[in-house]
Amino acid sequence: MGHKRSNSSLQIQEIPFTKWIGAIGDYFTLIFMVLISSVKKPPHFSLIRNQLYDIGVASLPVISITGFSTGIVLAAQSFFQLSGFGLTSVTGLMVAKAMMVEMGPVLTAFMITGRVGAAMCAELGTMRVTEQIDALRSMAVDPLSYLVAPRFIGGIFMMPLLTVYSCFMGIIGGYIVSVYYYGMDPTTFLDPLPTHIDNFDFFSGLIKSIFFGAIIVTISCYRGMQAHGGAAGVGRATTNSVVICYSVILISNFLITMTLNSFYPYLQKIAPWMVK
Amino acid sequence: MTEKKERKLKIRIRGLNKSYGSLHVLKDLNLDIYEGETLVVLGRSGVGKSVLLKQIIGIEKPDSGTIEVDGVNILKLSPSKKLLYYKQMGMLFQGAALFDSMNVGENTGFYLRQHGDPRTGWITKEEIITRSKEALAMVDLSGTENKMPSDLSGGMRKRAGLARLIVYRPDTMLFDEPTTGLDPITAMQINELIKKTKKELNATSIVVTHDIRSALEVGDQLALHHDGRIIHVADKKAFFQIDDPVIQAFIENASVGKRGNK
Repeated sequence: MGHKRSNSSLQIQEIPFTKWIGAIGDYFTLIFMVLISSVKKPPHFSLIRNQLYDIGVASLPVISITGFSTGIVLAAQSFFQLSGFGLTSVTGLMVAKAMMVEMGPVLTAFMITGRVGAAMCAELGTMRVTEQIDALRSMAVDPLSYLVAPRFIGGIFMMPLLTVYSCFMGIIGGYIVSVYYYGMDPTTFLDPLPTHIDNFDFFSGLIKSIFFGAIIVTISCYRGMQAHGGAAGVGRATTNSVVICYSVILISNFLITMTLNSFYPYLQKIAPWMVK
Repeated sequence: MTEKKERKLKIRIRGLNKSYGSLHVLKDLNLDIYEGETLVVLGRSGVGKSVLLKQIIGIEKPDSGTIEVDGVNILKLSPSKKLLYYKQMGMLFQGAALFDSMNVGENTGFYLRQHGDPRTGWITKEEIITRSKEALAMVDLSGTENKMPSDLSGGMRKRAGLARLIVYRPDTMLFDEPTTGLDPITAMQINELIKKTKKELNATSIVVTHDIRSALEVGDQLALHHDGRIIHVADKKAFFQIDDPVIQAFIENASVGKRGNK
């Protein structure tokens, strides 16, 4: 008995770890298969168009609110905090830099996770538990190619555009608060932007947003396609997908930032236009 | 005896095993299905009847064993040949599995939109609409093209699911609990439709069910799935004369013993 008990306790410890490793393997296999199917047999344009609309156009109101409100808060805080040092003239630059490099990509990713990622996971999860995904397979239709690939393409195309839009809304919000509330001169707000914001800032935000788009879509679709256990299972999968997306976005944001920053000195040498 | 010699083997399953974790669902399962016949697999709920269908249609992969269709082991097919194999199979799922995001017409024409006509490989939009309407008419669902699946009753959903199969005329059709959850009259309609479809398409059919009335109605051959294995296969008359406590218990529990022994 003692021997058996130690075996079962070992199994209890092993199962979650092996499952965890297996899930990561499955997740990367899904990404690989989606990339292959997107290239080998690109999804029909109507499927991609629907996703571009759902992810992009339908998200504009929420991204507008997020970007604008973040911009006005950033401006208000910057102006308030910097006024003690006599540095209020850099308020515009702070708002623009923060929005383009960090706040824009991350907040857009968060909002898209909540609005689009959760819906994707719930939709695919429902399709899974009601055998609609099996029905696709039974009709010789690859679910990855039909369901995931259009969402993946839609995600990586729309996220950069939404991020740029979010940054734009943030800068407008910051401008309105700085100029119309704090009475800052418009040129003081705007003039430093072209001088001190380089292509690197712009592209690092875009690169992040592409990664975030891929992360949101693949995690949401993966969790949805793994859902089981009826409506409760779909609910669990959706909650998990949102939590995992947020965590992975935050962790990957740090890693991407460090990686991009480490390229900065090389870019100064090999592509000076990027850092101007 | 002569009739038996003329039967052509369509699907041959040998030594099929499938486990989910520690649960061993299919245990060295063997089964033969003959061309143009309807085999009904009877068994209690949860014994793995639907799992068997999913292995045959290729949605799931067994742990071991072989499934030969027309003499070809489908488990060893290349992806492109597997696609061809899928195209000749059709399955009616337990809950019909209609796509929620599409209306009934779009659901019915889905296969044709994806693959075109199975014989020519292409099809016009008008032809898809015409053939979808024809298929829906065949299952008495004319005029429901623009309805969403959520607007349909359980029986209508099953019929729409059947229309989705009829439209591309697969040569092997699998039915997963086609009458479960339906009232007796709707169940009878579904049984009639299965027979009608089989006759019109000359398809080989496998029906899994625990509904003996349905089994008697649609089946040419009956099989009993018990404890992960097919323990008996026989034609309708012979099946109920098999002296096996499992079959007798099954019949008695289903309260149709009298009818079955006739």
